[in-house]
Amino acid sequence: MSDPPTAAEPEPAQAAIAVGPDQPEQDGQAGPGRSRLRLTANVIIQAITQGSSTVITILAIFLALVVGGVLIVFSDPVVTHAWSQFFSAPGYALAQTWDSVSFAYSQMFEGAILNPSTVSAAFHGGSIAAIFYPLSSTAAQATPLILTGLSVAIAFRAGLFNIGASGQWVGGAIVATWLGFGVSLPPFIHVVVCLIGAFVGGAVLGWFVGVLKARTGAHEVIVTIMLNYVMYDLLSYLLSHPAMLQQPKQTNQIAPFIANDANLAHVGGPPPQVGIGFLIAVAAAFACAWLLSRSTTGFQFRTVGASPSAARSSGINVERSWVLVMLLAGGLAGLSAATVIQGTNTQLTFNSYGTYGFDGITVALLGRAKPLGAVLAGLLFGALHVGGTYAEGATLGQVPANIVQVLEGLIVLFVAAPALIRAVFRLRATSGTGMEAVAKGWNG
Amino acid sequence: MKLELRGITKRFGGLVANDQIDLVVQPGEIRALLGENGAGKTTLMNVLYGLMQPDQGEILLDDKPVHIRSPKDAISAGIGMVHQHFMLVPVFTVAENVTLGVERVRGLGLLDRRRTRRDVHELSERFGLQVDPDAYIEDLPVGVQQRVEIIKALLRDASVLVLDEPTAVLTPNETLDLFRIMRELRDGGRSIIFISHKLKEVQTIADNITIIRRGKVVGERPPSTTGSELAALMVGRSVQLRVSKDEARPAQVRLEVRDLTVHDDRGGMAVSGVSFQVRGGEILGIAGVQGNGQTELCEALMGLRPSTGSVLLEGHDIGDASTRDRLRAGIGYIPEDRQEDGLVGAFSVADNLVLDVYDRPPYASGIALNLGAIRAAADRLVSDYDVRTTSVLTTVGTLSGGNQQKVIVARELSRDNKLLLASQPTRGLDVGSIEFVHKQIVAQRDRGLAVVIVSSELDEIYALSDRIAVMYEGRIVGYCQPDIPEAELGLMMAGATAGEAAHAAGQTDGSQATHDPDLDEALELPGALDTKPPAAEPQAQEPEP
Repeated sequence: MSDPPTAAEPEPAQAAIAVGPDQPEQDGQAGPGRSRLRLTANVIIQAITQGSSTVITILAIFLALVVGGVLIVFSDPVVTHAWSQFFSAPGYALAQTWDSVSFAYSQMFEGAILNPSTVSAAFHGGSIAAIFYPLSSTAAQATPLILTGLSVAIAFRAGLFNIGASGQWVGGAIVATWLGFGVSLPPFIHVVVCLIGAFVGGAVLGWFVGVLKARTGAHEVIVTIMLNYVMYDLLSYLLSHPAMLQQPKQTNQIAPFIANDANLAHVGGPPPQVGIGFLIAVAAAFACAWLLSRSTTGFQFRTVGASPSAARSSGINVERSWVLVMLLAGGLAGLSAATVIQGTNTQLTFNSYGTYGFDGITVALLGRAKPLGAVLAGLLFGALHVGGTYAEGATLGQVPANIVQVLEGLIVLFVAAPALIRAVFRLRATSGTGMEAVAKGWNG
Repeated sequence: MKLELRGITKRFGGLVANDQIDLVVQPGEIRALLGENGAGKTTLMNVLYGLMQPDQGEILLDDKPVHIRSPKDAISAGIGMVHQHFMLVPVFTVAENVTLGVERVRGLGLLDRRRTRRDVHELSERFGLQVDPDAYIEDLPVGVQQRVEIIKALLRDASVLVLDEPTAVLTPNETLDLFRIMRELRDGGRSIIFISHKLKEVQTIADNITIIRRGKVVGERPPSTTGSELAALMVGRSVQLRVSKDEARPAQVRLEVRDLTVHDDRGGMAVSGVSFQVRGGEILGIAGVQGNGQTELCEALMGLRPSTGSVLLEGHDIGDASTRDRLRAGIGYIPEDRQEDGLVGAFSVADNLVLDVYDRPPYASGIALNLGAIRAAADRLVSDYDVRTTSVLTTVGTLSGGNQQKVIVARELSRDNKLLLASQPTRGLDVGSIEFVHKQIVAQRDRGLAVVIVSSELDEIYALSDRIAVMYEGRIVGYCQPDIPEAELGLMMAGATAGEAAHAAGQTDGSQATHDPDLDEALELPGALDTKPPAAEPQAQEPEP
């Protein structure tokens, strides 16, 4: 999705420096600290949405794989031993290195995307559906990440940092679970009611954050982080009392299974398990993309995100936009919970929220705060998760699944440091050289 | 130090930004580089400062060729530069900022703060800079921050000082201070290159003026040269420094403000009980030194700042209406800070052209944007208002200041308005763009709109106003006609009433200040120009308030 307004080269450095004390506070709330925080936030948002091109992203992924390969090599005793005899048998060391790395990555590929052996099996009377098993696992893993990624991305575009996708996820999960086992409804309706409930559960939290920011100026980063803890503890409380959400006769923090009627169906039956959840996520991404680039509401969001003061001067209600975008962001995070509770898990536990909310931040970052970018980034992360688990099994623990977290971290690191990527790959910088050079000039 | 640029040529692709430029600056000279935005002044200075390498030509210092590959080289050769955008750390003190990069240390790498502060203090004393070494940058006004930049250059032994559009960010008083400092520096033997597109400033301060147009030196003139000659050289055609306009034909009252009181950000009184009326077909110029409540007045009129009192637009009280509703009610608004409030820099020209009408037909149906209609309107406005841009999808932040302002003017004037409120409509623009904007504003008046111009530039007030209101410390201290002598208006802007000003300016004939300074009196005389009967305006069917 390319929308022209964000394709520009911003000059955040200039904007950041030229702030004089006599400049009117944008919100009417005094205090240099607050405005500086907002300034920093804007610069970061601009860097994320506009600083790195697609090329940079691809190179960042590539570079992360290279560095990950080095780690794989170090964790393989055969290879380290071969390197200790590098001078007597250099060819052997290199071959072992190549084997080790390529085996690990090919296992990840087989687990997450396509396993050639299932293809040949299909030719000999095996199951065709099995070919698609890795891809559908990837899609299933990606689903909640795409939705939390959208949650963070849409808020980004309106200039807000939604660190609270995790708490909003919990909000959605609580409502979906309660509606899932607590009420009985006809099959299709039950699913829809649970989905709407999850959306509302997250949206209420997001709305609350938006209202706090609009009315009192409370910074959304702080409020959302704190609300995360509130929601974790609320979940813990609810799951510890059978009168609330705890499964009867349980000592663990675990909720009852939701009704079968409330489960999201899988398209085409089990093995190629493209859940309805995945389709919901993709549909939500298209809806967000349309909203942002083709609707008046999205125009408002983007204007508020790019320049709250210009938005105000042109009659846009900035506070209302904040509330609305946070409501939508919360709803999307809640929907993410629904796809897990109604899709793969069918049961809420204290650990259910996992890292979906925080992974959403990285997904949004990698997707450059664009809805379809979030889909691609979500799929990549989903594939890494699935592939990592598969490779761990296939190599008997030789390649730890944790390597995936390292890869994710590296990708994000490299994406966030385009200058590093440009230096490594000798790309020419496209913008802002003048100002950077000036700064260097003064500082020797 | 004598600085000489010889045959400097710099190309960007097909564009020649500097074409064989020769420039000699003698020690102890203030040399002005005059040219429109985009004429190549800044490119030339970037070459001098080592930020860019010239394709041809050489730089000589005291007749010896030097190679300047980076700002570091430039600094060690004794060239200092003060950019439009300051390179200061807001949370550091003045002393810490100026020493950044050339820290003075004692043994063990300890910073020698005392010596730095003493150096700053000394420089500050010597050149009358009046900067406190211990003040934090974020607490200082823009004008003082600029002086910190100057100290920074001086501390690095700059003998040639380049000031890139230094007055763009300054108030008139700060500008005068800067000029005083520049003279001190010159008398101390330093050379100054002063980049500007403001004729008056250049005529005031420069010893010699080099005019650049489209990358070429088109002339060198002494400061005694007339403004129109300089303008013609700069623009390449004769320019009207003051747009010609017919006598105003005021019709009915369109805007009436009663007892408007507005507070500033710190809770102080910014505007106290201001009342005035503006009629259709007249331009009311609100003159005043910046910071006397004009900004707050405009924001209050637009609903961007809470206020008490009433604002009547054609008799309807819009005092409680939102900004959006006020725009809808027919106010065209050109905000003071174009980059901050007028435009979204990261958006395209097309998006900026619909910034306050994007949700109305034909640009939207329901909540769906009609991109085709937006695009078509943008194409039309860009050609109608002569916005120089490669495409309507170009990011507005990449356009020159003049073209950015044209985008705002196009957007605000293309709506069907009753009132135009323009705050500092030509700040930072070159003469060609000023002429354009002024013509458009006068055309709005002639269409029967009530026009309010807020400006701290006297030239602009004189050029546009049919009637002048002077604001001082949040009040309108008096009204006068645009034929009032400048000295008198200046005194009123300093707080004198019209009578006092006329008296102090040595006007025995009090007829110059046409109005009784008393506010209520003045209110009774909004149509000071009512010498003619109200013209039959097509829009004049509104009821009297």
